[in-house]
Amino acid sequence: MLRLEPRLQPSRPMRLITPVLAVLLTMLFGGLLFAALGVDPVEAIKLIFWDPFFHPTYGAYSMSQLLVKAGPLILIAVGLSIGFRAGVWNIGAEGQFIMGAISGGAVGLALYPAAGIWVLPLMTVAAALGGFLWAMIPALLKIKFNANEILVSLMLVYVAENFLAAMVTGPLQNPQGFGFPESRSFTGVDSTTLPMLYQPLGMHAGVVVAFIVVIAAYVMMERHLLGFQIKLTGESPRAAKFAGVKPAVIVAITLGISGALAGMAGLFELTGPAGKLTTNFPVGYGFTAIIVAFLGRLNPFGIVLAGILMALTYIGGELTQLTLGMPAAAISVFQGMMLFFLLAVDVFVNYRLVWKKEVK
Amino acid sequence: MDFSSLSLVALTVSLIGAATPILLAAIGELVVEKSGVLNLGVEGMMIIGAIAGFAISVETGSVWTGMLAAMAAGAVLALIFGFLTQVLLSNQVATGLALTLFGLGLAALLGQNYTGMKPPPSPRLDIPVLSDLPVVGPLLFGHDFMIYFSLLIVFAVWYFLNRTRAGLVLRAVGENHDAAHSLGYNVVAIRMAAIAFGGALAGLGGAYLSLIRVPQWTEGMTAGAGWIALAIVVFASWKPGRVILGAYLFGGVTILQLNLQALGISISPAFLSMTPYLVTIIVLVIMSADRRRASLNAPASLGRIFHASH
Repeated sequence: MLRLEPRLQPSRPMRLITPVLAVLLTMLFGGLLFAALGVDPVEAIKLIFWDPFFHPTYGAYSMSQLLVKAGPLILIAVGLSIGFRAGVWNIGAEGQFIMGAISGGAVGLALYPAAGIWVLPLMTVAAALGGFLWAMIPALLKIKFNANEILVSLMLVYVAENFLAAMVTGPLQNPQGFGFPESRSFTGVDSTTLPMLYQPLGMHAGVVVAFIVVIAAYVMMERHLLGFQIKLTGESPRAAKFAGVKPAVIVAITLGISGALAGMAGLFELTGPAGKLTTNFPVGYGFTAIIVAFLGRLNPFGIVLAGILMALTYIGGELTQLTLGMPAAAISVFQGMMLFFLLAVDVFVNYRLVWKKEVK
Repeated sequence: MDFSSLSLVALTVSLIGAATPILLAAIGELVVEKSGVLNLGVEGMMIIGAIAGFAISVETGSVWTGMLAAMAAGAVLALIFGFLTQVLLSNQVATGLALTLFGLGLAALLGQNYTGMKPPPSPRLDIPVLSDLPVVGPLLFGHDFMIYFSLLIVFAVWYFLNRTRAGLVLRAVGENHDAAHSLGYNVVAIRMAAIAFGGALAGLGGAYLSLIRVPQWTEGMTAGAGWIALAIVVFASWKPGRVILGAYLFGGVTILQLNLQALGISISPAFLSMTPYLVTIIVLVIMSADRRRASLNAPASLGRIFHASH
């Protein structure tokens, strides 16, 4: 019969092959899903993975959205991956994203309509701080009271969503907005607009920050003692303790970093694509970034590729809505499927399939 | 402000209604965790149950068929989780999250043609004379059948875990899977059964929401109920009786803040809507603070991967 046998060492080739395999399986089963919805599966898969690059009419617009969508996913996922490696499960990045946008946005509105290139950096710092502090709540509750960070950080997403609703109908509401539940437009004033650096690929300043963070995260995880301690804590908490690593410090640092990065992503979204705070501001990047982190093997450079791939599914998903009338929710099923398949085929990294005679 | 419109009896009755979906999901998850498996996909299974139950009820005109369909849908989704974590040995935290993300997407996809519809009415357990009694009537005899069923299930789970041999085996698997395996128990099969049971009850909890409590289908209608159910298992220290307490406490907070909103209290409704989630956090903190007790109550093999070497 077929049996799984543990490998002595995790297979390196498998670590690279399994994400590709997962994407292929998702295409296959996603195609079946599309067929079940009455959509031509080949056409749909082509629209998602091929047309954003090469379609004569949609291609150019799609490309200009690629990094706009990949940027926040990469920024959040890199932060999450650091925590996941330490066994610290921050599931509430969506909440930290919202709180970052609110605190950065509040600073921008307080200064309105000040001009100057210092406004945006100041807002970014405020946003990082907002996300950081929001992530410190689960961190402190875990350190002091042993409360599960998964549940606390997730509950705080719902709190943040309600807080956003209170802000856009209260202190941060546009005084000239005829009572609509939304803030002033940030993209209406130059000093609070995120500069677009390369339009054809949608590379705004936030994307550059994301790439810098990717490199910094790689250096920290692979070349710095802290990175080693984080990985050690994740792989063997007891060994880490004997090596003098303080678990509380690791929890605070990893949650803090991921919170600050999610907060910054929130501000870049606010001062770029979103433009203003409304109750529809959160679009689920904080949750999709979890898929991105795993698909990228919790490795910063892998996350860049995974982020771009996930951005493609967003863009392609919009294309299939427009041209084939496919429902918007189909794409989140597609994304969830991808994570399922990745987790399923991941077994081959640590185990090999062997044929064994039954021992009686 | 006028508080006189708040009738204590009416509040208690609606509190029980608000608590029941979470009670069902939490008692299911309790059995799963007692077998040593942490399934974070409760939210996903609940919402799939909500749409499956709603759609099948609308199509067949029978609430009962809908409820059964919801349980089946929850169990099927749970078995995907079970296959990945028990056979393919994937990380339980990540797989549970995947289940939630996938379930939310799939439910939205399945439900897009069902928004704004009304489900068939569900039968109530109205006992002619008893339900008309002044206070005791509505409190004890005026509920829908699911509420009695949910309490019955909690009792059945308590009895199963503490008074039957099968329950003892399930707990043994959760406490030390290697020891249970060496005694000849099939760890994977027992856990798969527990996972399916948890999924069925989460699905049923979701269907209660869309068929009886709301009753309507809206996208994302579970709004974190599955996660709160997970927190309530911790709050209950993995004891069935205390799950009732936790769920009803949560139901009380929900109903109270809804009533305060309706009264037009001078706090922004958004702040009131936060309170159930904040209370969940506070409760979680209180119950986890005593590390020794928390680690004594939690099943020792919770979330650990089991791989039989021979």
